[in-house]
Amino acid sequence: MRETSSVADTYSGSPGNIHSQLDVMGDPGRTGRYGEYGGRYVPEPLMAACLELENEFRLAWADDDFHNQLDSILRSYGGRPTPVTECGRLSERIGVRVLLKREDLAHTGSHKINNVTGQALLARRMGKNRLIAETGAGQHGVATATAAAFMGMECTVFMGEVDTLRQELNVFRMELLGANVVAVKSGSKTLKDAVNEALREWVSTCETTHYCVGSVMGPHPYPWIVRELQRVVGDEARDQCRQLLGGQDPDWVVACVGGGSNAAGTFAGFTDTSSNLVGVEAAGGAAITHGTPGILHGMLSNLLQDDTGQILEAKSISAGLDYPGIGPEHAYLASVGRARYESANDDEVVKAFCQLSELEGIIPALESAHAVAWVIREAGKVIPFGSTVLITLSGRGDKDVSQVRDILRKSKNDNEEGRVQVG
Amino acid sequence: MDTGTTTPDLLSSVAGSGTGEGRLGAIQSKLLSARDSGRKSLCCYLMGGMSPDWQDVARAIENGGADIVEIGLPFSDPMIDGPVIQHASKLSLDSGNSPMSVIDSIPCMDMSIPVAVMTYYNIIYKAGLYRMAGRIASAGIAGSIIADLPVEESDSWVTTANDAGIENIMLVAPTTSPDRTKIICDVSQGFVYCVGTMGVTGERDELPNSAKEVAAKVKAATDKPTLVGIGVSTPSQAASVCAIADGVILGSAIVRRITEGEGARGIENFVRLLRRSID
Repeated sequence: MRETSSVADTYSGSPGNIHSQLDVMGDPGRTGRYGEYGGRYVPEPLMAACLELENEFRLAWADDDFHNQLDSILRSYGGRPTPVTECGRLSERIGVRVLLKREDLAHTGSHKINNVTGQALLARRMGKNRLIAETGAGQHGVATATAAAFMGMECTVFMGEVDTLRQELNVFRMELLGANVVAVKSGSKTLKDAVNEALREWVSTCETTHYCVGSVMGPHPYPWIVRELQRVVGDEARDQCRQLLGGQDPDWVVACVGGGSNAAGTFAGFTDTSSNLVGVEAAGGAAITHGTPGILHGMLSNLLQDDTGQILEAKSISAGLDYPGIGPEHAYLASVGRARYESANDDEVVKAFCQLSELEGIIPALESAHAVAWVIREAGKVIPFGSTVLITLSGRGDKDVSQVRDILRKSKNDNEEGRVQVG
Repeated sequence: MDTGTTTPDLLSSVAGSGTGEGRLGAIQSKLLSARDSGRKSLCCYLMGGMSPDWQDVARAIENGGADIVEIGLPFSDPMIDGPVIQHASKLSLDSGNSPMSVIDSIPCMDMSIPVAVMTYYNIIYKAGLYRMAGRIASAGIAGSIIADLPVEESDSWVTTANDAGIENIMLVAPTTSPDRTKIICDVSQGFVYCVGTMGVTGERDELPNSAKEVAAKVKAATDKPTLVGIGVSTPSQAASVCAIADGVILGSAIVRRITEGEGARGIENFVRLLRRSID
């Protein structure tokens, strides 16, 4: 990393915003920088659209009417506010008090609806009547298709071919909602390539089409817009926790991270508290743990890449976390130590998926199960017994049940075969 | 979509980062002298390492009458490239090439026309700007085109590249506002790369109106050579663009032919056709 440090030095030159608590998760300015991370690395044809979007968002976000309209849709259509649930049986089992922020109860079954509703409204303000989106697990695609249907807009969703197979039902859902789903056959045929195709489509259509980015990633202003639109998760959760905890904040706030939108929204509500913030990555896609700084999809962030700068494929059980990068603000929060990033492997995740289902009657999305898995693993270790832990349950697991059934059947068969051989 | 109202502070900090003036590099000199003698310029692209004979093809491009050869450095995620160049990039990487191996093989090719490399910023960032600039310059490469490096983010690379004597060529798009166009033209060196159509690289049946419009916009903003690429696919389209522009850049039309197995001789003939169409 020695050679790039001079560049990093140049970028971190924005005076005094590194350790100032006030600026953590604030406005990243015109350059869209989070410390040295972020920025806007797009081909010139997309610059006009990015600048237009930033201007429109600045106007909209300062406009009470826009907020009223957004809040009203999220209340009457999106199912907000979502509750915080005490997990009595899980807490008893692991010795820490677990609270869940229930984004699985939001419309379409995940936090994604918060973001797409805001972006669809923004698109309409800009006079753009068509939305395009990338999707991994399909949650963001379903949410975008939903917002498009609700607002009478056209919608095309790009999804890696591999993901269209492992999340077949979500493809059908999107089609039911009137969206056109494009199976992406380039590269690794997963989320990374879906983003590439969406960007390529946007280059030729950006004058009439809004690219509804699904996470806190991409060129400025997307990481900022998406975090602000997801901030509602953290803001609600903080108030709800204080009511449940007698005015206290939870000791730990934990969320899963792919691109990192539910974590960013959650953390945004807690950066000025003393809560420990933890993002949990998939072990096979851990951009903070195993990545190095680089530029992909318009942003400077931590990426899984080889020595020559070729992007590597992320590998995880959950399509939604199969992304070789992470939102630039997470890279920044990690670099200044305001949040820590851990990982959970596929086995732990399947166990957590089952455990939360059995003990609490809540089937989590495989993505969200990463956060649960880390808390189960670290209870009594990193997380002292008796602590209070808020986990954002970013989505529900209905989409994952057939995949988990196959995994459990396979492991059962493997075990039986193993016994036969031993015998 | 006009963005003239945006980021004046940003742009003014970039403007006058002082790269446009001073001694001329090999690319700009060559293109200016062509223009002075009433000649249009031809720049042809191929992906480094995409076929076993890619070095012969590069020489064939020179023999066919191109003024500049643009060599792609392979990247796994080429955002602005259509299927033809994506595939070429994958072919190159799958056959064991890397951006550095492509750069290092250029001196052996003994080209007499200027060579520019075209790639994405991560390739440079990961290698380290200083190290990459040194490597490019010592391979005798005259210019760089970084597809995803807009003017706001370009300062570090432009400074480093200039110190090594590399001309950094920048893009102007149909959607670029007049203010931005002026600044990009000031910063761009070698020539100004006019994006002829809003879309990814690839061949098109019709030349879009935007190809000539963007050339006219850039010509009005600068005296630097103005070349149009992306969406120019055939000799007749090249001729049509050159009614306004100082030259054209062809990529996918050549890369597709290489992929389909047309060897050096076939490419040389195609380049000759292009040359004839614009002369």
